[in-house]
Amino acid sequence: MALAEDNKERHPRVPLPQWLKTTLLTLGSISVTLLGLLFVTFIIGRVMPIDPVLAIVGERASQETYDAVYLQLGLDKPLLVQFLYYLWDVLHLDFGTSLLNARPVSEDIARVFPATMELATLGIIFGVVLGVPLGVLAAVNKGSWIDQFARVLALVGYSMPIFWMGLMGLLVFYGILGWVGGPGRVGIFYMDVVPPVTGMILIDAALDRNWEVFKDAFSHIILPASLLGYYSLAYISRMTRSFMLEQLSAEYITTARVKGMSEWNVVWKHAFKNIRVQLITVIALSYAGLLEGSVLTEIIFSWPGIGSYITTALLSADMNAVLGGTVVVGLIFILLNIFSDLLYKVFDPRAK
Amino acid sequence: MNAFNKLLSGAAMGLALSVTSMAAYAETPANMLVIAHRIDDVTTVDPAESFEFAGSDISRNVYGRLVNLDPNDLAAGYQPDLAESWDVSEDGKTITFTMREGVKFHSGNPVRAEDAAYSLQRAVILNKTPAFILTQFGFTADNAMETIKADGNKLIITTDQKYATSFVLNCLTSTIGGIVDKEVVMANEVDGDMGNTWLKTNSAGSGPYVLSSWKPNESVLLTSNPDYYGGAPAMERVIVQHVLESASQRLLLERGDIDIARNLNPEDIAGATGADGVKVVDELKGRLMYLALNQKHPVLSKPEVRQAFKYLIDYEGMRDSFLKGQYTIHQNFLPATYLGASDEAPFTYDIEKAKELLAAAGVEGLEIEIGVREAQERMEIGQSFQNAAAQAGIKVNITVGTAKQILARYRARDIDVYLGAWGPDYPDPQTNAGTFAYNPDNSDAANATGLLAWRTGWDPEGLTDKVAAAVTEGDRDMRVKMYQEIQAEFREKSPFVVMFQQIEQSAMRDNVMNFSTGQAVTAAAYWQVTK
Repeated sequence: MALAEDNKERHPRVPLPQWLKTTLLTLGSISVTLLGLLFVTFIIGRVMPIDPVLAIVGERASQETYDAVYLQLGLDKPLLVQFLYYLWDVLHLDFGTSLLNARPVSEDIARVFPATMELATLGIIFGVVLGVPLGVLAAVNKGSWIDQFARVLALVGYSMPIFWMGLMGLLVFYGILGWVGGPGRVGIFYMDVVPPVTGMILIDAALDRNWEVFKDAFSHIILPASLLGYYSLAYISRMTRSFMLEQLSAEYITTARVKGMSEWNVVWKHAFKNIRVQLITVIALSYAGLLEGSVLTEIIFSWPGIGSYITTALLSADMNAVLGGTVVVGLIFILLNIFSDLLYKVFDPRAK
Repeated sequence: MNAFNKLLSGAAMGLALSVTSMAAYAETPANMLVIAHRIDDVTTVDPAESFEFAGSDISRNVYGRLVNLDPNDLAAGYQPDLAESWDVSEDGKTITFTMREGVKFHSGNPVRAEDAAYSLQRAVILNKTPAFILTQFGFTADNAMETIKADGNKLIITTDQKYATSFVLNCLTSTIGGIVDKEVVMANEVDGDMGNTWLKTNSAGSGPYVLSSWKPNESVLLTSNPDYYGGAPAMERVIVQHVLESASQRLLLERGDIDIARNLNPEDIAGATGADGVKVVDELKGRLMYLALNQKHPVLSKPEVRQAFKYLIDYEGMRDSFLKGQYTIHQNFLPATYLGASDEAPFTYDIEKAKELLAAAGVEGLEIEIGVREAQERMEIGQSFQNAAAQAGIKVNITVGTAKQILARYRARDIDVYLGAWGPDYPDPQTNAGTFAYNPDNSDAANATGLLAWRTGWDPEGLTDKVAAAVTEGDRDMRVKMYQEIQAEFREKSPFVVMFQQIEQSAMRDNVMNFSTGQAVTAAAYWQVTK
């Protein structure tokens, strides 16, 4: 007892600083979310009516070969045990090897994710740069031709199947006009020319100061990125419009106008300032959606991104690859959420 | 993509392409062959393990074999490759190959009999999926060192019994017969894996091309081997780009950014056929479509019923509609272009004949289940069959499912009728004869799930012995005759309704010459291609 008292005295309880508390809480919530994600994906993967063993041995393998691979994959063990084994590996950053192409899943993801990231980033830039001003303009000029134009543009974006738009885009801009590059990330002459540093060809080419490759890669990415950008634009512009309309009808805006403030200042310095926080959520979610990989866009444009990677893996019962890909996508969602939380704090003093 | 999207995009593409012309097209360099192909089935490029189509394409161009098929004359059968000649012992069990002198691997190491022995031993010992192609000759991990051995410039293999020489040599032309560079492979061995991990993604061959890179689901790059003993290939670089979408492949081809598009769907083939500077080349492939009637079913096992089902297939109707250009009618278990393949097709779509046969068997009010895997063409065949059967008074219930669901039931002999597709494993008639018409033990306990005859619950009786005899027949012509007889008997009495054989249609720029996808017997070859 005396010893315990003594200890207490030597190590007085110091309250945790706020920043540490916040960090620990954030880390805790990330871990729980990831664990949940892993568990759900793992279970779905196991109950799906596809057979990972058959995927490896082929349909004409003998029962002995089948059984040997079945045991090798640990499929004879209880589901929970299989999950714990998997979790242990993931904790060691080992996503396992792809059942099908025998490469480490982490290596595959490192190859396909930058391709998606490059496309998604360019796409979201298009979406934001064009979508936000369009939404603001539409709100300010409610009912005018600009508003109608924005509405039609968004409607088309919402309703046209991306597959059809992609093919038509390719046909017109690549097939008929020859303005852009065709499917694939770069032309055949530029394959493997620049050393991969980030895996994003535009950045790698710029780092290497190889502007020919940059130009070629840009001509290949511009069409799929515009397509993705257009679909984000449709969403972002509609949301911006509706946020802005809400603000523009608020009393403080009327007051500002009565006070004789210029329309520019009313719109951008007052109304727009107040929708930034909401917009961040919209943009972050759109970006996260793009980073997930747009499978159809990737298929039409032969873009080796994470969307088609996960889909191919799923169809070929390559569960290690599916799980690895899902964890990465999940992590991206979580990180973007944290990032937008941080931005809230910058833009909205009440959130501090 | 749903059906609506497909329809929409197909219609729009068709319309747009028919009324517009392509922008002035680019051209690939004269010494480079660019192919758009689906390569997502490549799982490994180790010849001891590779067993998929796109993987076999890589192996065929990267690895030399003891004997090989000439892409310019596939009908000629096996020809000397790394082995210059061979002798067969009197008892027919030992084949002695004399290696070609002066051939080098890509590493610069000479190709020796020792490398050939190591390659075959390795394939047997690793015992990966395609290993049965070699182990069916009695080679095992335990005896591989004695049964496959090098002696100076000679490679000597000894089989467990006498086999037709053509059978053994045909098997050696398949992917697993690829000869690897022993020194390089051994240098990359990890934990006694005989270099398997390394060879999954790297190559160590002596063929006309070197594998420069393989990015899964992205591309394969092959660079020509200037020291290839058959002469350096005209195409110095071959790029195989993974392009999943048929419409994208067609655009690339018509724009001249690729030379060959290998996966155009029938609509795009029809469109590309008239395009400027593009030609379409058909080749028969090995894949067969068939119905298997479960012989454990009391009605389906009646001989007249088996016969009746062969008249309930609208062969021509399907070939000329949804299978147009992709399949041709074929009613034998050996695909056309195989040694001994029969082209007899006595069955026609004849409901009345089927009714007569069913009546003779005393069948009335039959209701059966057919298992179909969820692939468009198979579901359409299933529906066509369902309609025809209904007219003959048979109610067919179609169960559509994934490979796991349907195949598992077929393997467990638990489905009335299975609508299947089968591709041969190696370029010898035994590959199909040994599964369709061979089943020495039909009991459930035998669990011979690898044999289609067993899965169908069929005891082929005399055919089993005839198939066994055909693999030991030394005389090639006699062997051909034997397979013809086996096929004739099979056609008449088997519970398999073989319906169609696949056609591969490749669209290519019209300056591409001599390209071959390998027909039914082998994989694609690039070294003889010129532009």
